[in-house]
Amino acid sequence: MEGTILKTEDFNAWFGSTQVLKNLNISIAKHKITAIMGPSGCGKSTFIRCINRMHELNQNATTTGKIYLDGQNIYEQNPTILRRHIGMVFQNPNPFNTMSIYQNVIAGYTLNGYKLNRAERDVVVEESLENAALWDEVKDNLHKKGTFLSGGQQQRLCIARSLAMKPEILLLDEPTSALDPISTAKIEELLFGLKQSYTIIIVTHNIQQAARISDFSAFFYLGEVSEWDETKTIFTNPKNIQTQNYITGRFG
Amino acid sequence: MKERLRYRNARNLVFKFFVIVFTLISVVPLVLLILYIFKQGISVINWNFFTSLPKPVGEIGGGIFNALVGSLLIILVATMMAVPFGVTTGMYFSENSRNWVYKLAHLSVDVLQGIPSIVIGIIIYLWLVKPFGKFSAFSGSVALSFMMLPSIIKSTEETLKLVPHALKEASLSLGVPYYKTMLRVVMPAGISGILNGVILGVARVAGETAPLLFTAFGNPFLSLNIFKPMASLPLIIFNYAISPYDEWHRLAWGASFILVSMVLILNILTKLTEKRWKVQF
Amino acid sequence: MQLQVQQTRIIRRLKIREALFHKTLSLSAIILIILLFCMFLTLLVSSLPSIKALGLKFIYGNTWDPVSGEFGALSFLVGTLLTSLLALLISTPFSLTIGLFLGEYYPKGWFSALLKNAVELLAGIPSVIYGFWGIYFIVPIVRSLEMKLGAPPIGVGIFTASLVLSIMIIPFSASLIRLVISMVPVTLKEAAYSLGATRFEVIRYIIIPYIRSGLSAGILLALGRALGETMAVTMLIGNTQALPHSLFATGDTMASVIANQFTEATGKVYFSALIEIGLFLFVVTTIINIIGRNIIKRFES
Ligand SMILES: Nc1ncnc2c1ncn2[C@@H]1O[C@H](COP(=O)(O)OP(=O)(O)O)[C@@H](O)[C@H]1O
Ligand SMILES: [Mg+2]
Repeated sequence: MEGTILKTEDFNAWFGSTQVLKNLNISIAKHKITAIMGPSGCGKSTFIRCINRMHELNQNATTTGKIYLDGQNIYEQNPTILRRHIGMVFQNPNPFNTMSIYQNVIAGYTLNGYKLNRAERDVVVEESLENAALWDEVKDNLHKKGTFLSGGQQQRLCIARSLAMKPEILLLDEPTSALDPISTAKIEELLFGLKQSYTIIIVTHNIQQAARISDFSAFFYLGEVSEWDETKTIFTNPKNIQTQNYITGRFG
Repeated sequence: MKERLRYRNARNLVFKFFVIVFTLISVVPLVLLILYIFKQGISVINWNFFTSLPKPVGEIGGGIFNALVGSLLIILVATMMAVPFGVTTGMYFSENSRNWVYKLAHLSVDVLQGIPSIVIGIIIYLWLVKPFGKFSAFSGSVALSFMMLPSIIKSTEETLKLVPHALKEASLSLGVPYYKTMLRVVMPAGISGILNGVILGVARVAGETAPLLFTAFGNPFLSLNIFKPMASLPLIIFNYAISPYDEWHRLAWGASFILVSMVLILNILTKLTEKRWKVQF
Repeated sequence: MQLQVQQTRIIRRLKIREALFHKTLSLSAIILIILLFCMFLTLLVSSLPSIKALGLKFIYGNTWDPVSGEFGALSFLVGTLLTSLLALLISTPFSLTIGLFLGEYYPKGWFSALLKNAVELLAGIPSVIYGFWGIYFIVPIVRSLEMKLGAPPIGVGIFTASLVLSIMIIPFSASLIRLVISMVPVTLKEAAYSLGATRFEVIRYIIIPYIRSGLSAGILLALGRALGETMAVTMLIGNTQALPHSLFATGDTMASVIANQFTEATGKVYFSALIEIGLFLFVVTTIINIIGRNIIKRFES
């Protein structure tokens, strides 16, 4: 594929003795939005948590196979350093409750001990909040705690926090499933704008969402990629019967 | 049948009455104790009582300055030793379970909590007093720090287990190393719970006398050298209470009043930190 | 190239710090285990002279005479058991009713909140203050009681110590009992109520049988507390090294004899015998604690 940023090769993942990802071979296009779909429990979260090596933090969790980021196997890199290049946004917004909005955005720098001066910090905060379409709403309250924001705002704050690190890839695990439709629309819109400069992988339960925003879609079924292609193709001409059933709403 | 029902209802009422009365009776000693200490203590307390040293037998007046300073110093040193160790142990407990170290160490905490304080005094005497040939405030602090450990360890473990996993994941996903995640994200989120345990620990040892008998030993003069014997409030209360002199009894009442007030304040403080901690999540 | 080297250095530093952190945590847990083990070992080793010199006579002998070198701890054993059991006997009805009051009758409301705080406060008051208060407040009462009963009006003694001890352990056992009572499943109680049982009958036939093991654990743990309680008992028991012949007699407990004699014990066997008493206390309270906690844990799950 043209402009591949991430590629898995015979990738498997386990929780103890149960295999949750089976022989994954998939490529992710650079500066595109890839949607991961599939019935619940099929391994979507596990997959994206393998991309930033969060999976292995679970007890007894193991993996085999390779994932290449820019041609380098991430399983041969230091996981902590790797995570600085890969942002992640979770299903439920999780801003740091002891920090202000401002501190939340630059948390990746302060917690990692990067020294920024005042002006640099201000730039990072403003830029990231702008990118997350939150700046206008919070610019007067930057030093208040992030926990008093609405759920949708909190989620955008979490996106801003990830963007502040200027990641190569942004992983989102059902980022809108806990939000109302208006907040969801806002986030979809902002993701659309972000793909100029970021590669986005989004897990979604919502077929319409995948159709609306993604360039590529992968359909997971029982830990396997049963199909992946351009979103257009998947939705108009699915090759696989499970995919067909899923997108026409026959199960899942 | 009706007869029987009446009997059952009567029995029910009598029992309830009995429960209420017994409960009320058990509050009586507390009220008496507090009132008595208040009454005896308040008349002794004045500026001089805080700032002067005890007078020899036969002289009127004198204060407990040395004991007050001694108590604060001994507890401060004990806290400084117990907190780092207790927090790291509690953190280990919150992160690991089901391995043998966890089980055995957890058992050790339970055992430690149950050891009579006088026995701790003996042990520390054998470790730190006998080998050096002299009593010291430091050995007293060590004894008290052992007694503080269980509450610090347990509250650290429980609080950190309650910190939402999502917070930890957020930090790790930003590429923050595990140790920094624990120290700078997880611990601050649980800080008031940990603080609660520390205050609880201080409250527990503030009035401990038995472990100080053979360690800090007591000292009629003001001493700031932690490697020498030192006075403390509980010791001064004990020594003066069993003495035959009225004037010393008066000092002991004053000291008791101060000590009970300290414990009371620490108690209230734990309530406050507990509240804050509960609101947080 | 330069960047590569720098990167490697950063990663190395990171790894070292992570390892150091993990080591520190597990080391503290291991040190704790070692410390506890050393505590036991210290007591054991320091008791050896006495164990060798006295053997079992230490337990059945009731003469404690440093001058003649006879150290039989029987009277302290008896004194300890007597005061602790008597204190349990006095306190249990009260702790049980407080437990019922807070756990079953009035779990909410301002008075219960007040009572709970009062009980906690009672638990926080230092032992030495209970002792001091006992000398001034309880001793005269007991003395006048003794006069009425025709016993020698000493005031201090086993009974006085037990009385104050019972006040001291009420908070502890009451809160444990409240805990186990509050764990009785609501469905069980509701089932009984729906059959027309009165509250007394629910308590008698549902709650008490259900919490029996938890209750005994609570009492056991309170006993563990009472056995090692030192200051108040030392100040109130009269400190006599002889078998008590009545409840009002003076005596000594294991803890009080240590408190009184430890710093002035001269002679190897004397000193060691006092430590052996400490060892004995350590072992007994540890066993009681482990059993009690296990029962409670099993009850909780
Ligand atoms: N912490 C865990 N321990 C054991 N099994 C897990 C754990 N988390 C998820 N699983 C299992 O792994 C499978 C995949 O889970 P997940 O990746 O979360 O699915 P999805 O995100 O697609 O709903 C599921 O069958 C789930 O039961
Ligand atoms: Mg999921």
